[in-house]
Amino acid sequence: MAGAAAVASALRKRWPRYALGAATAVCYAVMLLPIFFVCWLSFFQNEILSFPPEGYTLRWFKALWLQPQFAGGFATSLEVALLAMLGGLAVGIPASLALVRSELPLRETLNTLLLSPLVVPGIVIGTSLYFFLIDVEIATDWPLAGSMAGLVFGHILVTIPWTVRLIAANLLGVDRAIEEAAMNLGADRLRTLLKVTLPVIRPGVVAAALFSFVVSFGNLELSLFLVSPGETTLPIAILQYLEWKIDPTIAAVSLIQIAIIAGAMVLTNRFVRLSQVV
Amino acid sequence: MASVSLQSVSKSYGAHRAVNDVSLEIAQGEFLVLLGPSGCGKTTTLRMIAGFIEPTSGRILFGNRDVTDLPPYRRNTGLVFQGYALFPHLTVFENVAFGLRMRKLGRADIARRTQEVLRLVRLEDLAERMPRQLSGGQQQRVALARALVIEPEILLLDEPLSNLDAKLREEVRVEIRQLQRRLGLTTVMVTHDQEEALSVADRLAVMSDGAIQQIGTQRELYNAPANQFVASFIGRTNFFAGEMTAPQRFRTESGLEISIATATAPERLLAIRPERVRLGNANGAANSFLGTIEFVSYLGANTEYVVRLASGDAVTVEVHNDRAESTEPFTVGSQTHVAWDRDACQLIA
Repeated sequence: MAGAAAVASALRKRWPRYALGAATAVCYAVMLLPIFFVCWLSFFQNEILSFPPEGYTLRWFKALWLQPQFAGGFATSLEVALLAMLGGLAVGIPASLALVRSELPLRETLNTLLLSPLVVPGIVIGTSLYFFLIDVEIATDWPLAGSMAGLVFGHILVTIPWTVRLIAANLLGVDRAIEEAAMNLGADRLRTLLKVTLPVIRPGVVAAALFSFVVSFGNLELSLFLVSPGETTLPIAILQYLEWKIDPTIAAVSLIQIAIIAGAMVLTNRFVRLSQVV
Repeated sequence: MASVSLQSVSKSYGAHRAVNDVSLEIAQGEFLVLLGPSGCGKTTTLRMIAGFIEPTSGRILFGNRDVTDLPPYRRNTGLVFQGYALFPHLTVFENVAFGLRMRKLGRADIARRTQEVLRLVRLEDLAERMPRQLSGGQQQRVALARALVIEPEILLLDEPLSNLDAKLREEVRVEIRQLQRRLGLTTVMVTHDQEEALSVADRLAVMSDGAIQQIGTQRELYNAPANQFVASFIGRTNFFAGEMTAPQRFRTESGLEISIATATAPERLLAIRPERVRLGNANGAANSFLGTIEFVSYLGANTEYVVRLASGDAVTVEVHNDRAESTEPFTVGSQTHVAWDRDACQLIA
């Protein structure tokens, strides 16, 4: 009896801690279970997804290899994501410098504007960008609509909020005096940027590059409108496959996509501690 | 090393004059301290010398060279920042070598001069450390080495000791002063700490409200302050408002009749330093008033008393403890005389 009373009193005292632990566990489960199931499913033997599995196989991965739309989609997505990443940095770094370091008027407005691709639904951006590119094409004769350039342009647009946010946040934490110190020691503005500012905000730049890559690699809505006829990105290939068939091939594709992104994160984390900037 | 000359330098931000018509001549090899409370314009002045702030009007010369329109990277000043501003991504060696690399010196030259300066500040063993692995005092020495290695025309120190603890601060300020003398560096230091300023300076410029109130040596500022601000900022002072009523007589508004050394003067403020006032026996003093001890603080070397006179004035008295008394000779509430000589009285504008 005494023992039970002690347990009850301990429970009364510690319940907030247990409750927090339980809530945390639920959150992690909600986040990680889908990933876990996708990975698990990709090895199921049965063609129609059912539970429990009849056995395990690697044939979905082999099937993947034999379907050209996945390999082609993967190559296109990779190319677009790398270009969008570079383009995002090319816009994001100067934009962040202007936001944080300059005395530009309307900086707040500019900041909001640069973050707006996050607010507008992807489908809307995709549609409007498509019409815009057609208009530009009519006006200039440049073949933009349904071109690689148009697709990359659209992807750069959605990476900008990420690059600007991450780099600007990093830049805000950098003591301005170190840039002044460089100038005091004889470095002009360009060399101060190259030798001091950029190396110091490297974690933000690397994180921005990674997020740009991930955001572009997984983007579906924009690509649907902007991809050239006959070409397909990996998310589009997945969608098209899903339209007429549901089998573990999709899970296998997803597993590979997850592995690539996870690999990129682990690799990045070796050079900069992502937890410091994100 | 060069002399520095500021000619009627002003800096306005809109209607606010941060620095107002400042003129200064700093001789080659001189250690000048800009002293004043925060917001007095001393840091703005230093930053104008370094080139980070463009003066609204006036000229700045290093020797005969007009640098007013030059950007910071063409001025060749060595600035030690308040928070040191070390490059966090570079080793101690690379931090110090940075200025030499910007000057495109040869590899061997850079290595030799960097090592020389590191030896000068006794950091040669820490050359490969990163700044975050160093203590505050070591970081401060790296910042100094980095400023010195480029052989600047002027060394600029922006509150260089304010991030160090009290004991280290005294050590470092002696080190900086010795180094400055040995190398003959023309130096401008900004500080709000009067003790620090007095201990290192050849001359001091006391600033307030964007203007220089007085320039001079420690003794000049202390013994002949130009105005009430300087008199109260450098050391402490008893002030009496009033006017001269007869030759060598000053009558305070509270009604005290004080004998002074000056025959006639238009000034309406009298200043008497606390250590020039004696307690108790009034023998031979030109001025002696009865009062009640209101406050006593024993500070080791000195004891400070606040004495309330019958006129209502409070007089602060500082007594040097030249004997180890085991008990307090003057207790709170007891009556005693305060006394001072004519030459302790300074008239101030």
